[in-house]
Amino acid sequence: MMAWPSLSVVTWLPVAGGVAVMLVGDARASLGRWLALGVAIATLGLSLPLYAGFDTGTAAMQFVERAPWIPSLGSDYHLGIDGISLPLILLTSFMTVLVVIAGWTVIERRPSQYFAAFLILEGLMIGVFAALDGLLFYVLWEAMLIPMFLIIGVWGGARRVYATVKFFLYTFLGSVLMLVALIYMYLKSGSYELKALYDLRLSLTEQVLIFLAFFAAFAVKVPMFPVHTWLPDAHVEAPTGGSVILAAIMLKMGGYGFLRFSLPITPDASHELGGLVIALSLIAVVYVGLVALVQQDMKKLIAYSSIAHMGFVTLGCFLAWDIVAATGSTRGATMGLSGAMVQMVSHGLVSGALFLCVGVLYDRLHTREIAAYGGVVNTMPVFGAFMVLFAMANSGLPGTSGFVGEFLVVLASFRANFWYAFTAATTLVLGAAYTLWLVKRVVFGEVANDGVASLKDVNGREALVLGALALAVVALGVWPKPLTDVLEPTLRHVVELMSVSKL
Amino acid sequence: MTTLATTADFTLAAPEMFLLAATCAVLLVDLFLSDRQRQVTYFLSLATLAVTAALVARLPEGVRTLAFNGMFVEDGVARLLKLVSCGTVAAVFLYSRDYLIQRGLFKGEYFVLALFATLGIFVISSAGSLLTLYMGIEILALSQYTLVAFDRDSPVAAESAMKYFVLGAIASGALLYGISIIYGVTGTFDLGELGSRLDGRAATQVGLLFGLAFLMVGIAFKFGAAPFHMWLPDVYHGSPTSVTLFLSAAPKLAYFALALRVLAEGLGSAVSAWQGMLVVIAVLSMGVGNLVALVQTNLKRMLAYSTISNVGFILLGILAGTPGGYRAALFYTITYVLMAMGSFAMIVLLSRRGFEADRIDDFRGLAQRSPWFAWMMLFLIMSTAGVPPFVGFFAKLFVIQAVLDVGLTWLAVVAVLFSVVGAFYYLRIVKVMFFDEPAAEPVTVSGGAALRLLLSLNALAVLALGVFNGALLAAVARAIP
Repeated sequence: MMAWPSLSVVTWLPVAGGVAVMLVGDARASLGRWLALGVAIATLGLSLPLYAGFDTGTAAMQFVERAPWIPSLGSDYHLGIDGISLPLILLTSFMTVLVVIAGWTVIERRPSQYFAAFLILEGLMIGVFAALDGLLFYVLWEAMLIPMFLIIGVWGGARRVYATVKFFLYTFLGSVLMLVALIYMYLKSGSYELKALYDLRLSLTEQVLIFLAFFAAFAVKVPMFPVHTWLPDAHVEAPTGGSVILAAIMLKMGGYGFLRFSLPITPDASHELGGLVIALSLIAVVYVGLVALVQQDMKKLIAYSSIAHMGFVTLGCFLAWDIVAATGSTRGATMGLSGAMVQMVSHGLVSGALFLCVGVLYDRLHTREIAAYGGVVNTMPVFGAFMVLFAMANSGLPGTSGFVGEFLVVLASFRANFWYAFTAATTLVLGAAYTLWLVKRVVFGEVANDGVASLKDVNGREALVLGALALAVVALGVWPKPLTDVLEPTLRHVVELMSVSKL
Repeated sequence: MTTLATTADFTLAAPEMFLLAATCAVLLVDLFLSDRQRQVTYFLSLATLAVTAALVARLPEGVRTLAFNGMFVEDGVARLLKLVSCGTVAAVFLYSRDYLIQRGLFKGEYFVLALFATLGIFVISSAGSLLTLYMGIEILALSQYTLVAFDRDSPVAAESAMKYFVLGAIASGALLYGISIIYGVTGTFDLGELGSRLDGRAATQVGLLFGLAFLMVGIAFKFGAAPFHMWLPDVYHGSPTSVTLFLSAAPKLAYFALALRVLAEGLGSAVSAWQGMLVVIAVLSMGVGNLVALVQTNLKRMLAYSTISNVGFILLGILAGTPGGYRAALFYTITYVLMAMGSFAMIVLLSRRGFEADRIDDFRGLAQRSPWFAWMMLFLIMSTAGVPPFVGFFAKLFVIQAVLDVGLTWLAVVAVLFSVVGAFYYLRIVKVMFFDEPAAEPVTVSGGAALRLLLSLNALAVLALGVFNGALLAAVARAIP
């Protein structure tokens, strides 16, 4: 009997649902909305058994599905998940439900196409996280660009065309180099299978070039300084849902790529160039943090804050060798990776929540200027509470999910080098500064103008979305063990792969 | 040893002979038809193609047979190219019908000329000697010059045809000159023989290199590869769209056969001599095509430059000089024909009497007027740009793989970087269709049910062949073992 193909279902159900929603058409928008919500919830429901049935005792791939796809290329339709893909898949299906609810009445132009685009995007993103075949991964990775390109371009703000073309070309440019690297490795190993790529022996020059090719793809996606400039534009112009998915999921693909491809496939080059990546990460943390401080636009501020937070992810990933060199054990290295992963999940929730908060305000007053607000808490007390909670999480307050990831990475970097830790820890100051200052200017103080005075508090739909996120943020902050348990064996395995030279 | 042609030879060439006879018959029948009965010509032409395809399919598969003392070859590549070109030309007829009727161009000449061109494609595909090859090229070229001029009241078309004819004649001359020098050096026209007479000393022989350079000019001109591409945008732009549709599709298959027969079969042992030339031509084509396409406002011109850059990619596969490379180039050519045909057919779909929807602006807001066809165009355009999961991505993948396989890593990097440049102008079409509001006087989707259905199938095939490309890959692998 064939096993229930759980991963294929959560990958292709949203895509099929998206096509169905599109066929329903904009004329029957209400039906389209309900259908989209149904598909999104069904996908979330079907992805939960992945967690329930997940064996936390092993680093091996689970729920594996394999069928020949392009036999002449040795490329298979090969899916499977381990500890680093599972949390990201759950995050994807969770956020998509919220995005559908958040866009419920807000999207008036071509609503069915909007929801369809998000569902198709969801399926492709889950596929990216589950793909165990290099070519399949690449196909899904690139295909993802098309729905996002349309989401920003059709439903975005005034400069949407500039932003979306910039987004597409930046990521496309990064990805094509990765394609060359993948083909190169395929020609050496005869297979696109991930495991074959892990086992492939490569000289240092080859590794460095392959590492740089992958780096081009993943660094743009993360995004790392200095290739981050597409992100503020894309975020500002994207509709709320687009910003949420972009920040919560798409950025994570860069970090995922480092863990899944760069570190295990080119360990020696990662070691060699680790210093460069650490330096870029620290620049992102400090410099981009300072840039965030002076933003006038709420979305831009959160976008820059995203870049700074993602700096922690890359820092946590590439600290490993320094930690091993300094302490002689791999435990600290695992801690760094663990911090990176927790930070990714937490940032997914928190940045998504903050973009939704901005969306709530934008839907009412149609401006994202910080100066246009002030004293919002007087007219929107419930909203104020949510916004303050998410701001606290963004600045890494203990008890929220933001604390766990940052703390683990800072702790790990202490084992590597005091100055790394010192520089990284400035984010606790800078992050608090820009986030809390934002809250002070927007939420607190006197009611600034008539617009703010006329604000109505969040309705049930918005409260549901923000409440669900608040619950997740606090739960993960107070009790991160379910997440770290899932991560632990896989990350130990990644560290093992990293510490074996392939020369 | 020379013998007279035998029955077996004629059996092998049955499709060509039928095509020739049937085309002449169509020409005669058409003379006695009134304008109202012109549909008869149309259906007879389609039937001719169907029977020809059936005759090709009847020939034994997987064997390489020579006929007419080696002048004529029937093998896997020839078979596949002939079948695909029958299908392509038939699709072009279906696409063009309404367009031609609306403009009073629904004449027998169009069909007869296109059928003669198809005969040329067949002859090139099956050429076993340089002379057969040249004959096929001339049949194809003369039919094409005339097709471009076929809307005789249009001064632009006449100018294009003149340009095409003069430049084409020079290119044919260069090709013939190259052939004569190769003959002088080796003493044979026979492509199979040529290879065996070259062994070992090919790349150093000045005479051979001299002849090869002229052959290369001819091939590059026919393909429309830079720096011999000047005619292509003008001809694509100046011809009636139904003719552009024809030019952009089936003949590319013949030019692939031309390059394959001459370079791979005839001069395969001299690969080191022609690889460098093709590298230059391919890089220039990708560069010129992609960069100049950026600034075009006319969709036909833009697609013409896109053709030039895609030709660069086809040549990348050929220059690898390996069976894998030839397979990649064949796969690329077939899929490119599919995409180009679909894109030009989209212009036909949006055109109506007195209005050519050939400016990019004419696609403004298409997603709101006709979401279905906006998505179909998106598929075609994204596929041409090489974005997965569409088939255009896999075509590029195989070509780049072939180039990497022979150690030309830098060339692979150049190719992918140019495809990023290309993505920009393809995105512009998507932008116009999806992000812009429709113009005050919106263009309506015209065209009959057959056209709409075929176009939808064409675009969906671009997606389906991308996700499930096993069958096409297997066919290509059978053609070039």
